[in-house]
Amino acid sequence: MKKILWLGLALFLMASFSLVGCQTGDSDKFKVGVIYIGEPGDAGWTYAHDQGLKAAIKAIGEDKVELVVQQNVKEDQSSSQAMEALINQGCKAIFATSYGYMDYIVDLAAKHPDVYFFHCSGYKTADNLSTYFGKIEQARYLTGITAGLMTKSNKIGYVAAMPIPEVVRGINGFTLGVRSVNQSATVKVVWTNTWYDPQVEKDAAIGLLKDGCDVIAQHQDTAGPQIAAQDAGKYSVGYNSDMKSFAPKANLTSAIWNWEVYYEAAIKSAMDGSFASAQYFEGLDKGVVAATKLNTDIIKDTTIQSKVDAAEAKIKGGYNIFTGPIKDNTGKEVIPAGKSATDTELLSMMYFVEGVDGVIPK
Amino acid sequence: MLKVEKRMETPTYLKVVIPIVSVLVAILFSSLILLITGENALAALNTIFAGSLINWQEVLVNGVSLMIIGIGIAIAFKMVIWNIGAAGQMMMGMIFAAGVALFLHVWIPPALLLPAMFIAAIIGGGLWALISGGAKAVWNVNEVITSLLLNYVALYILQFLVNGPWKGVKSMGFPQTDPFPEAARIPTIFPTGRLHYGLLIAIIVVIVFYFLLNKSRWGYEIRVIGEGRNVARYGGMSLAKNIFIAMFASGALAGLAGAIQVSALEGRLSPHMNTDIGYTAIIVVWLSRLHPLVIGIVSVFMGALLYAETSLPAAGIPTEIAKLMQGLILFFVIAGDFFSRYKVKMVKE
Repeated sequence: MKKILWLGLALFLMASFSLVGCQTGDSDKFKVGVIYIGEPGDAGWTYAHDQGLKAAIKAIGEDKVELVVQQNVKEDQSSSQAMEALINQGCKAIFATSYGYMDYIVDLAAKHPDVYFFHCSGYKTADNLSTYFGKIEQARYLTGITAGLMTKSNKIGYVAAMPIPEVVRGINGFTLGVRSVNQSATVKVVWTNTWYDPQVEKDAAIGLLKDGCDVIAQHQDTAGPQIAAQDAGKYSVGYNSDMKSFAPKANLTSAIWNWEVYYEAAIKSAMDGSFASAQYFEGLDKGVVAATKLNTDIIKDTTIQSKVDAAEAKIKGGYNIFTGPIKDNTGKEVIPAGKSATDTELLSMMYFVEGVDGVIPK
Repeated sequence: MLKVEKRMETPTYLKVVIPIVSVLVAILFSSLILLITGENALAALNTIFAGSLINWQEVLVNGVSLMIIGIGIAIAFKMVIWNIGAAGQMMMGMIFAAGVALFLHVWIPPALLLPAMFIAAIIGGGLWALISGGAKAVWNVNEVITSLLLNYVALYILQFLVNGPWKGVKSMGFPQTDPFPEAARIPTIFPTGRLHYGLLIAIIVVIVFYFLLNKSRWGYEIRVIGEGRNVARYGGMSLAKNIFIAMFASGALAGLAGAIQVSALEGRLSPHMNTDIGYTAIIVVWLSRLHPLVIGIVSVFMGALLYAETSLPAAGIPTEIAKLMQGLILFFVIAGDFFSRYKVKMVKE
């Protein structure tokens, strides 16, 4: 009896190991790997990227391209391991969608010259490493126009994530939009130092609402601030994806990403080898960012949408929203009349424009 | 009918066979769960084992930390001192090493920078472990609680440093330090891949502590204390002194592992330093029955299972399967212990 058991076990093991030894049939699809900082279900940053990648692959053909996802990848050395695993699975294009992966991806790109790397929001490139980002501040400018026209208390709250140029630029773009239609409105900023913490971000919005703000804008990946605004019977402006479904009675509009615009071209360039290392940084005119149509359940005044549309047309026509004269919020002139901020200046922007009520922690 | 008898002595071959069979049964059991949940069990096993062979460098990268921390934990466990604080001691090692790399490197010749970081990390991790070790030795405070809770204290210190005084000038506002100078980085062994010379340190640690624990007077004292404290006391051994030494050594090795990890793989401090491996090492030590050489081997095995956590999702299989297997393996090995202590016989009535 015992012997039979042992024999059976041994046979099973031999069979399983011999099967383990052979690779399961690999498809000849082009494999695209991505590492996400969160989960696609967050309705925020990762969701926007996931939607973009899926749309891009659908456009190219799901029979030709396969997406391999690593989610909840931390911004430490485990991200290298996650990317190594993707390369091991045969991915020839790797997208990394958070700033903190930068140094790991630079190291990896040097070690895998046959793989194309794409890093979102970083600034380091290599022969096989491109960066990509979008001028979301242009979309925020449009949402700022809506907020500036809808506020009654002339106090708008902004739940800010981390004190880094990307966030600062967004606050400034939004504020310039607000001030372009409402010179007496101010944008009050609070920092949460989070990217994804529903409770902290909701609490920050509640604080701003208690302070008299009647429109809440945000940078983080959760809809916490939207819900806080709806609970208080006030308005909100969303970010990343259309956040209307979270707070249909509060959400006026959202500044959103349409990453498929970039992803389709990027994946194609990796597939046919036409890849050229570049720093992609585009805006409304290319469609990689947009402001959603105004929520007509709340906004009955149709002139607001036409004002937003007019500004959108102007920006698409080449207008730089950071065109002087622009003062910072201490009264110092930062962009003189007739000048516009360059992309480099935008990417390192660390001051608040006039109209922002807040400080950038050093 | 089945009859259970206590063994007087466990034959050596069983000590080897039983754990291996336990692991295989755990893998079989995991496969069954995979089949029931409709996942492709063969594809999963293939990814875990064949994938680990192909990317053996990543497996060893995980193994390096597990080996060094594992030896440290084994020292304490041999004395029946339950040091659960390897994660925190590792973080302290990282902080001390980073302090040397970031702020003292101007005064240290480049060739001596890495050794200086290691010494700092050994002191940092060792002293951190001595907080719970000392409380245990002097007031008999339960070291499970103190060493575990100190992990959180270490994490908050790390977060405070990278958000505050140590935040880098070039970090663009992100909570992280500036990158270490090149001399503070352990180089990789091969031009491709991430395997680094920390592996050599890990192997040396395993061998040195094998001899120290099995052939030296110190190792003998530790074993006697582990077997029975009163016996040790009658033998004239100081319990308090040995707790001090063992906890310091335990924390020092975790600190050293932290320094190696931060130097070779990170090159800077940030709030997430992947110190969960300090908990995984406890499983390694338990599976290895505290034997230093076995820890070396099991660390590589566990390194493969850890790597599977990232390679499985890359193959489109849920990462939880790797965690499930880790749990089942521990479960079956502990359950298998029964067979090394008892004999099961078929008796005809």
